[in-house]
Amino acid sequence: MTAYPQLLFKNRHLGATVSLDDYRKSGGYEGLAKALRELSPAEVRETVKASGLRGRGGAGFPTGTKWTFFPSDQPGEKYLVCNGDEMEPGTYKDRVLLETDPHQLIEGMVIAAYAMQIPVGYIFIRYAYARATAALERALAEAKAAGLLGANILDSGFAFELHLHGSAGRYICGEETALLNGLEGKRPNPRSKPPFPAVRGLFGKPTTVNNVETLASVPHILTGGADWFKGLAATEEGSGTKLFGLSGHLKKTPCLELPIGVSLREVVEEHGGGVWKGRRFKACLPGGASTPYLRAEHLDTSLDFGPLEQVGSRLGTAGVTVFDETTCMVAATLNLSRFFARESCGWCTPCRDGLPYVCWLLEKIEAGQGTLDDIDNLRGQKHNIDGRSFCALAMGAMGPVDGLLRLFEEELIDHVKRGKCPVR
Amino acid sequence: MSQLLDNETIAAFKAKTAAVAHPRELVIDLLRAIQEQVGWVPDEGVELAAEILGLPVIEVEEVATFYDKIYRQPVGRQVIHLCDSICCWSRGGEEVARHLRQKLGVGFGETTADGAFTLLPTCCLGACGEAPAMMIGRETYGELTEARIDEILEQKRKTI
Repeated sequence: MTAYPQLLFKNRHLGATVSLDDYRKSGGYEGLAKALRELSPAEVRETVKASGLRGRGGAGFPTGTKWTFFPSDQPGEKYLVCNGDEMEPGTYKDRVLLETDPHQLIEGMVIAAYAMQIPVGYIFIRYAYARATAALERALAEAKAAGLLGANILDSGFAFELHLHGSAGRYICGEETALLNGLEGKRPNPRSKPPFPAVRGLFGKPTTVNNVETLASVPHILTGGADWFKGLAATEEGSGTKLFGLSGHLKKTPCLELPIGVSLREVVEEHGGGVWKGRRFKACLPGGASTPYLRAEHLDTSLDFGPLEQVGSRLGTAGVTVFDETTCMVAATLNLSRFFARESCGWCTPCRDGLPYVCWLLEKIEAGQGTLDDIDNLRGQKHNIDGRSFCALAMGAMGPVDGLLRLFEEELIDHVKRGKCPVR
Repeated sequence: MSQLLDNETIAAFKAKTAAVAHPRELVIDLLRAIQEQVGWVPDEGVELAAEILGLPVIEVEEVATFYDKIYRQPVGRQVIHLCDSICCWSRGGEEVARHLRQKLGVGFGETTADGAFTLLPTCCLGACGEAPAMMIGRETYGELTEARIDEILEQKRKTI
């Protein structure tokens, strides 16, 4: 197996959750020391911008750009929020990262806070991640005791207070403005944008929201340098390493750190050991439940933001879920649509009413009772929902529906013509 | 019903409420603490949280009913959340669901006659590499087979 540089998982061989001592032995908190002692906040922001790091939570927004938009010089209350509400089906990388080496997140957050001159931060973590929560609680206590959080961090004069918020389950909390409402103790419906969180976020104050893996990558950029980090990618346009979480019909389903931009073929055949049970590859979700399917002809696509958009999908969270040749894509899409319909917060009509209607159409077709009109209707629903919902949840829900209509239209028609599911 | 929260915990939450700038942010912590004590969050729990935080009851209720890991109805001594999302579905999740329902003699949303288990579906637990998976209490169990489920349930029955 090809061996690649390991940053986020470099201490994974230790087997247990990495302690502060072991983290420091491996160079931990040196990035923070460098930032505080040698660089101005603006220089840290520029370094992250130059690294080309893009958000690892699904949207892929350039992290340094987000940080440079932030009103760092504005005095008063400002917040840094880590989005650890990882709930997109097929996505589990942040959990593995936190259970393995949680100090990376804390160090990344202190660096981010320094870069944007933010005094208070929150880590928002999902209910189901009890073990990751325990790992973080311990790491936070260690960091506080060692003067890496709180007042006068590493004798720099910089102060940063970091809180942990345990949530209680709901996918919509991963939407950044819903998350902010959740943190405030309000019903977590998304907010309208603009104003964006950088202007009016948590408690109405300027706020930056970043994903766990994004923030955990920052210390490595500080220690290794922007050019080095960018050069870790497998492609010219990419930047850094990326955690991939494998699942579905593969022989092996590990979570691993690979250069961003490796081919889907390498992930499936080498790291996943190929499709299970000697079967053939039919399709995959390349980056979580909201990303349009890919088929076998896409196996040589680079798993990076740009190349995946070119083939009509997205990198999303890089949770790669593979389906073998025996999978009914209508049934798979129905499962995904039911997830989104159930997790809709009910705030806007296209999402609240549109998604159950999509489920009803798919149920009908899967049961062999669909008509060609139902397929047209499905296409119409995609058109009606996409771009018309209050937040990105319903648009994400249309990802697999879009993939089904574009790549598996014949299978849909086959369901109608045969009056039954041709696969199951 | 046992006491909602012991006096010490109530005092600790009141002290925290006085110490933070936005007491409302404690609502989930408070609801989770009540649930840990009682097993679920009854109306009186919502009222108590509202009183401690100085909020209208309805504003606590709209939060409590939003989250699926806050139970606003009585549940069994252990709650089983079985993942029904795509990765678990792709690796035999439906068969696992059938077996669990049969074994427990209940459907989703129901509690066993002896009050031991409530069975609920859940979205992805972030255990996709070990699918199919379920969470009992706060513990996640992956790579479920019929035999493994039987083993886990038997072991759980001994502890509750």
